[in-house]
Amino acid sequence: MMNFWGFSIAEARVIDYDKNDKSLAEMLAEEMPTTRLCIGCGGCSATCTAGNLTEFNIRKLQMLLKRGETKDLRDQLHKCMLCGKCLLVCPRGVDTRKMILFLFRQLSEQDHNS
Amino acid sequence: MKLEGKQQIWNDYQKEIANDQYYYARSCIRQTFFPGSEWAYLDILGNKLGKTVFDDPKHTTCTGIGYHSDVVPVETIMTVVARHFALMTEAGFENMTPSCITSFGIYTEILHTWEQHPEMEEKTREFLWKATGREFRKPRNLAHTSDVIYKFRNEIAAQKKYSLKDIHTGRPLQVVDHIGCHYAKMFPAKGIGGAEFPAVLSGMVTAWGGESIDYPERRHCCGFGFRNYLVLANRGFSVANSKKKFESMQPYEPDFIITNCPGCAMFLDKWQYTISEMEGITYGHNGYGIPVLTYEEMAALVLGYDPWEIGLQMHQVSVEPLLDKMGIPYVPEAKYKNAKGEDMGHPAYPTYLKVY
Repeated sequence: MMNFWGFSIAEARVIDYDKNDKSLAEMLAEEMPTTRLCIGCGGCSATCTAGNLTEFNIRKLQMLLKRGETKDLRDQLHKCMLCGKCLLVCPRGVDTRKMILFLFRQLSEQDHNS
Repeated sequence: MKLEGKQQIWNDYQKEIANDQYYYARSCIRQTFFPGSEWAYLDILGNKLGKTVFDDPKHTTCTGIGYHSDVVPVETIMTVVARHFALMTEAGFENMTPSCITSFGIYTEILHTWEQHPEMEEKTREFLWKATGREFRKPRNLAHTSDVIYKFRNEIAAQKKYSLKDIHTGRPLQVVDHIGCHYAKMFPAKGIGGAEFPAVLSGMVTAWGGESIDYPERRHCCGFGFRNYLVLANRGFSVANSKKKFESMQPYEPDFIITNCPGCAMFLDKWQYTISEMEGITYGHNGYGIPVLTYEEMAALVLGYDPWEIGLQMHQVSVEPLLDKMGIPYVPEAKYKNAKGEDMGHPAYPTYLKVY
């Protein structure tokens, strides 16, 4: 492609539900049905040690996952220290640590295969 | 809701459009990019509909581009507009009909400002008198030229030689209508259908046999916004707006796009080339683009004008597929010939966007 205009097309800052790949969220829901119980209360984020030190936010991870924004998810996931405090406070009994490990494994496999 | 009630509500979305005796204000950029449009408008109004339109050679730019780019101060643009009104008054007309959406927005905004702040009108009158020795009366009626064509859409339909239908299948053509932001988004009451239910162009489309596509990004700006495209660093955002619209309309397979704004017509036409060169994407059928017409060009085609006479060869996206669908005859060899039959030269072929 040629570009002699001195500018390129800005990427739209929209979340396109029709185009985003939500297969990871579907896979997670199948593997760990408790993740469907999340009510987005944010208890996990409030108690998160990593979240106190960084921008890491488990509730946001859930949101990114459901929206199919895998790239942002990938950038955040490694910040988790796997301490497990989040799963102690979750009122719905979601095994958040297992969820993180599952997502980490799936994304690593995707990276390995690509 | 009773039908009468709905009709009553729809009445609130109408506007008054003068019936005759128009003072015509040309557009700066339309004459450059779509030179046949304004000629076609004047010819249709004068010779097909029998209306009086005064095309004043003394008229100038409204300086809207400079105003919206923070180059021209508001007092200056008000005085320039006051001079336009003075020319109209001197010519004995009361109905102002600008060809440009920006000018329409400027006139509307200034008249509204003068209504709210009479002292600014007085000051402008003083400036105009000191600068030119002229006085003016405000227009009795202000309508964009697309409003005028909309008003006479049924009269044009009665004279039409071609319909907005695919002659091979009888299918009504699927048309994307794109209305300039400054037409009704700033002052919704001044546009037919307001900002929510744009009807000025879709009304023409349905009157002439086509169907309007109500696609998700129908009301989205084309990205022409002056500050966006004048500054090179911002042009990426500008073209992104058009791209968003193209992506939204493409699944509906539009036969063509119609606009009533000079900038929108230019951008939606020429950005298709830019996007194709930058990303290799085309939005029409088989690698062609989606043709973009002004409402005057659409009216002229329906009335049987020669496509090259109204300047359709100036478009980036080839209009031939549309002409073939409508059954409009054209001479391919005459596309790049001037009125004397001399060859004007051919534009270079794009890399990805197919052209005739």
